[in-house]
Amino acid sequence: MFGSIAAIGAGLAVLGAGLGIGRIGGSAVEGIARNPEASGKIQTAMIIAAALIEGVALFGVVVGLLGAKA
Amino acid sequence: MQQFSKLSFLMRKVAILLAFVGVSGFSFANEEKEFNVSEMIMHHIKDAHEWHLFGPEHGGTSIYLPIILMDNGLKTFSSSHFYHGQAVEVESKEQGASLHYVKGVGPAAGYAMYHEEIYKLNAEGELHFDGEHPHNTQPLDFSITKNVMSLLMGSFLVLIVMFSVAKFYRKNGAVAPKGLAKFFEPIIVMVRDDIAKANINEHKYEKYVPYLLTIFFFIWFNNMLGLIPFLPGGANLTGNITVTLFLAVCTLLVTLFSGNKNYWGHIFWMPGVPVPMKFFMMPIEIIGIFTKPFALMIRLFANITAGHIIVLALISIIFVNKNVAWAGLSVPMALFISILEVLVAFLQGFLFAMLSALFIGAAVEEAHH
Repeated sequence: MFGSIAAIGAGLAVLGAGLGIGRIGGSAVEGIARNPEASGKIQTAMIIAAALIEGVALFGVVVGLLGAKA
Repeated sequence: MQQFSKLSFLMRKVAILLAFVGVSGFSFANEEKEFNVSEMIMHHIKDAHEWHLFGPEHGGTSIYLPIILMDNGLKTFSSSHFYHGQAVEVESKEQGASLHYVKGVGPAAGYAMYHEEIYKLNAEGELHFDGEHPHNTQPLDFSITKNVMSLLMGSFLVLIVMFSVAKFYRKNGAVAPKGLAKFFEPIIVMVRDDIAKANINEHKYEKYVPYLLTIFFFIWFNNMLGLIPFLPGGANLTGNITVTLFLAVCTLLVTLFSGNKNYWGHIFWMPGVPVPMKFFMMPIEIIGIFTKPFALMIRLFANITAGHIIVLALISIIFVNKNVAWAGLSVPMALFISILEVLVAFLQGFLFAMLSALFIGAAVEEAHH
């Protein structure tokens, strides 16, 4: 599991997800700061978008896991 | 702010203290064999035919779950006939490692268990390995495994809790809730208002609230049970891809059967685009029907499994370094991840229900152009 090329794949997946979710979080905080009344709606949209990105990243992690097992 | 800096100062002090303990720490005296982290982790996130309670992995105390096989008639016996069976070691062809499996004794004679999978022994009375995988035939396995047991217990818990909440309102009417109902009312209202009403057409959402509530509470309860390391929990149920597959198929079927003319029109003959484009969009939209539940399945499975792997990997730091002082690092980190997992347990249930509601909402949406 460690020291294999699959670990690099898992790391790359995390990198992409980190960038994506970071952008969503930053934009959501900005939006809430501009319009605090809409914070509930912004939060829901933020969580959904983050989940979609996380889903793609987890595909990468699963593939990394399968690569490490084989 | 003042409080926070005080806290961080305290934490730094604890860290320094732990570093000193690390120098004078004692190491484990007698080690038997090389500790294999990935093998241990894979063993823990997989299903099993026993429920391990305490003590060492071999020879500790376990609950042996029933094994039910369909192989020329129904065969049922306790899994202890495997776990207390005859251990066999086979030389592996690759990398000089050896493979271990157990032959069943008593009523389990004629079967063998390798990595929690049950195989039939061949004419020579052994498993024939090709690489790492046995080539023997497998009987149909309907065993009550650890995950099945956890599923039954989790479902029972959801039923008890929800019926007692429902009973409160039946007895007292729509009053300010007390006890269990007091805790669950805001959560049920959240599922109805923030998940169902927000995503599904206002006149149609009520029909889908029971489904969304069921899926939310089932996932949430079982995620929480999975975080408990001992008996009522400890199984990796929602981190089992078959369980999440079934949940995703439920959402797929609900979506397909509630799809209206407008929904199917958008799939087979996309309105508002040129005719060649309509042909181009059709296969993409048809694939889209299946990729949405597929993503639901992978998301829940991978999130929960990844959570379990991280906690186990952090705890293994101690055993990899063979020094108990590493507990000063690994236990706080594992605790932090465990607390994060409590949030994730809720969030994954919420997301599964939310995205299901989103798909159902798209299926029942009326045309508005």
